[in-house]
Amino acid sequence: MIHRYFPHTQADIDAMLARCGVNSLDELNADVPEDLRLKHPYNLPAEMSEHEVREYFSKLEKECEPLVCFAGAGFYDHYTPSVVTALASRSEFVTAYTPYQPEISQGTLQYIFEYQTMMAELTGLPVSNASMYDGTTAVAEAMMMTVAAARKRNRVLVSATILPAYRSVIDTYAHFHGIEIETIPEKDGSTDFAALDLLLASGDVAGVIIATPNCHGILENLTGVADKCHAAKALLVISSPASALGAIRNPGEWGADIAAGEAQSLGMPLSFGGPYLGYMCCTKALMRKLPGRIVGATEDARGRRVFVLTLQAREQHIRRDKATSNICSNQGLMALYAAIYLSTVGSEGLKEVNRAGCDGAHYLAARLEAEGVAKQRYPSAPYLNEMELEVEFDAQAFINYAAEAGVLAGVATSPSTLLVAVTEKRSRAEIDRLVELFVSFSKASKS
Amino acid sequence: MKKLYYTPTHEYALVDGNVAYIGITDYAQHALGNVVYVDMPEVDDEVTAGEDFGAVESVKAASDLISPVSGTVVEVNEALADEPGLINSDAMANWIIKVEMSDPAELDSLLDEAGYKAVCDAEKH
Amino acid sequence: MNRTAYSPLIFELSKDGRKACRIPSPKVDDAFSALPAELMRGSEPRLPQVDELTVTRHYTNVSTNNFGVDTGFYPLGSCTMKYNPKINEEIAASRVFGSLHPLQPAATVQGALKAYDDLQQMLCEIGGMSRFTLNPYAGAQGELTGLLVIRAYHESRGDAKRTKVIVPDSAHGTNPASAAVAGLKVVEVKSLPDGTVDVEALAPLLDDTVAAMMMTNPNTTGTFEPAVAEITRMVHECGGLMYYDGANLNPLLGVARPGDMGFDVMHINLHKTFSTPHGGGGPGSGPVGVRHGLEQFLPCPRVVKDVGGKYDVEWDTPGSLGRVSCFLGNFSVELKALAYILSLGAEAIAMAGPLATLNANYVKHSLKDLYKVAVDRVCKHEFVFDGLIDKSTGVTTLDVAKRLLDYGFHAPTIYFPLLFHESLMIEPTETESIETLDSFIYAMREIAREAVETPDVVKLAPLFTPVGRPDDTKAALNPVTSFYEL
Repeated sequence: MIHRYFPHTQADIDAMLARCGVNSLDELNADVPEDLRLKHPYNLPAEMSEHEVREYFSKLEKECEPLVCFAGAGFYDHYTPSVVTALASRSEFVTAYTPYQPEISQGTLQYIFEYQTMMAELTGLPVSNASMYDGTTAVAEAMMMTVAAARKRNRVLVSATILPAYRSVIDTYAHFHGIEIETIPEKDGSTDFAALDLLLASGDVAGVIIATPNCHGILENLTGVADKCHAAKALLVISSPASALGAIRNPGEWGADIAAGEAQSLGMPLSFGGPYLGYMCCTKALMRKLPGRIVGATEDARGRRVFVLTLQAREQHIRRDKATSNICSNQGLMALYAAIYLSTVGSEGLKEVNRAGCDGAHYLAARLEAEGVAKQRYPSAPYLNEMELEVEFDAQAFINYAAEAGVLAGVATSPSTLLVAVTEKRSRAEIDRLVELFVSFSKASKS
Repeated sequence: MKKLYYTPTHEYALVDGNVAYIGITDYAQHALGNVVYVDMPEVDDEVTAGEDFGAVESVKAASDLISPVSGTVVEVNEALADEPGLINSDAMANWIIKVEMSDPAELDSLLDEAGYKAVCDAEKH
Repeated sequence: MNRTAYSPLIFELSKDGRKACRIPSPKVDDAFSALPAELMRGSEPRLPQVDELTVTRHYTNVSTNNFGVDTGFYPLGSCTMKYNPKINEEIAASRVFGSLHPLQPAATVQGALKAYDDLQQMLCEIGGMSRFTLNPYAGAQGELTGLLVIRAYHESRGDAKRTKVIVPDSAHGTNPASAAVAGLKVVEVKSLPDGTVDVEALAPLLDDTVAAMMMTNPNTTGTFEPAVAEITRMVHECGGLMYYDGANLNPLLGVARPGDMGFDVMHINLHKTFSTPHGGGGPGSGPVGVRHGLEQFLPCPRVVKDVGGKYDVEWDTPGSLGRVSCFLGNFSVELKALAYILSLGAEAIAMAGPLATLNANYVKHSLKDLYKVAVDRVCKHEFVFDGLIDKSTGVTTLDVAKRLLDYGFHAPTIYFPLLFHESLMIEPTETESIETLDSFIYAMREIAREAVETPDVVKLAPLFTPVGRPDDTKAALNPVTSFYEL
């Protein structure tokens, strides 16, 4: 045998070659022109035993430092119940293909249907797709959706308070797709709605994108915004971390047409940037413009309730260049993760998650203020579990300093500001430890 | 008197004075199978001859609707929103949009009954 | 897999007052209750209320409704459903890597950055490219990113009129869809009856508006494009770039490299060629490679290595097309692919292609007397049958596919490519044994026999699956997409 992943013995290979009427494996590639053939062995490492593979990665692990995490900026260190990981790693889920054969894929289709229901409940918008790659691309897809729905209008307004990672991805998609992006300025840390009025009045707006909590951690007050957008025939997109939607006023309640964002906060590991989970929900009226896969209920030939991929006529494999998006997959396993997580924590647990983070963050802010080492950049603005702090020392230097002490203090947003997030995983002792680090660094920087 | 015109992409235009009723042909509905959704423009939208103004979807196929004429949409067939299958039961009676034509001369470049039949026959082979 | 479906939804097992976990708390003063009421949600989300054992049994039973690579064989064309090694999963489940925040200081994530860079370099060797980004989340996003690289290249030269992308009519549907998202106009080039690109039809399409041509090679009929060198020369001559759709890269392992064929930009599906699982639809990973001279256009962020061997993350590189992802892509999927390449090593990986090709030809030769071979020449990793040879029975490709489910196999890819009426596209992959292939061949032969002797059995299939054929029309007419609409 050549390798443990290849079952062929030499006798198998010989028998199979004989069936094909050739004498060697090379002969089966005789149609590949000689000058295009690979002429040298790959310059790759030699085969490793499983043990050696483990060693290789454990060496890499040793060159990484897991830190007590107070960083957020869209990606949060939440607690994952053990059932979530255990169940989501079942190989019947992991090794399945896209459920194009519903008769033997009800498992995948069922959990996606459950996931869709849960996301519709969280966002307050009735139609969810089967998920998207991550929050940044989900919002970019929402932007394209507003333009597709508006047919001829091509301008999209994006609040200045959306996180930079989101804005960067939006800009990339918009630039090449030919969409004109304009920024709605911010005022006192929140979207400037007087400026939004002026931008809407100048016409041709297909969509408006606003995030809450925003890039400063502030909960935006979006009262009346949907009406303004709709009066101008623009669609409103609201983006919130999914976990927060268990507590804060949701996109449906604000009157949004589309909700799109990141669902990593539903107990998914930070995993150095992915895989995460983009969610996207919309109103019934927009259902057929929604990109991505959608699972629907129907009946089988024997009259039983079954689930299928539906509304496929929107998708790339049928519409090709007229499709609502080029997306051909979802984040299947991560949607499963979200469904199991939400089943496990329930609405009460989700509220406790928000309560714990909110209490912890306010406790931290109060202690830092009392110690005189950091103050809130927008002291009067309401926030949930993340806030922007102003410091009198170099923010990045402080983060590097705290990292050496095993704490990830936050994410620098400028030389003198940082975003700090607290989740339910952070104990009071850990929060106090972070305060101590602020104090010691502040002292050292003054001396 | 009403007169019927066709496109090679299987739309018809039933013309009555300056107004054209636009839909898909019986041949097209048959090829598509059960229609589950008709994506239609809104009243007052402009359509342009040769450009798409919507789409017809079946379960596993979709077809763009290409306008045979240019003009302004004066009515859309709202019944199709609730019951898209009407197209399968009678494609000719269930037109999709009604257009006030801006350039009736465009009709000259469309197919007549015989020309359209030739198109369908060619596709069958 | 179950014979009868386990059908409840978790919502149907819910009982008010039950819960399955306790949330940790910092035990500090309440601040949550003081948040302004107008910013808080008005009603509770209707999520299930269940205990932990109920959650466990439910999802365990749900999983048994599924077919997977670990359950059985997928002859699924263009999807490369190879074995997903367990060591990959173990490595990716690392608590250390799992705990890393993407915005941690680079000094604290050197090992993770090294893993990214190692994989990037190995893919360069395999693709014959100069540099890879691993940021795109899936094959489709890889395609999009590759096309954006091409647009950024033309833009950088002030060549704004290049907005046309040529796509063979045999291409995967994603190609034209990605081109449209990238703001490019798709022009189809016809295939010859054998599914290969018609070079004579291509020539007149080539002018100074061509941004790129997209190709997959071998193409979707499993045929190596004989004129690929000539095609790349022609497209380059008119100033366009060549894009390689990596969906069909597997048979080229150990045989040829896209870079050597003249392709400028390519993507790879780690979940196909590099054994990472499909996960019922994701997460995938779609790294994009470019030849020398195009590196600056790749997306950010990037992993860079200094002379001292320290890794860093570059957020904004001049010339870059921008960002297509929040960070460095689906990192844990990248770890799985890296584990796979290390497990195989240089020699075995070069056998993956030839063995995949052997398996495909073996199946084709074993069935060509009953199923109509669409392209009669040696195939690579996959091939297409244009349905049964005997068309008199009325048994269609859909029927054959559904009947295969009864025999315990996943269906092949059907009605694709669009070049043939009854396409049945089969890709066995190198990880399947001769015994598995023989039992698949047996099933296909039995179905051909049934089509003649008891055609109704085939037309009514599947009969032994957890559920029967669903009513797709009902689902699409009045879509019910959530439990509370049932």
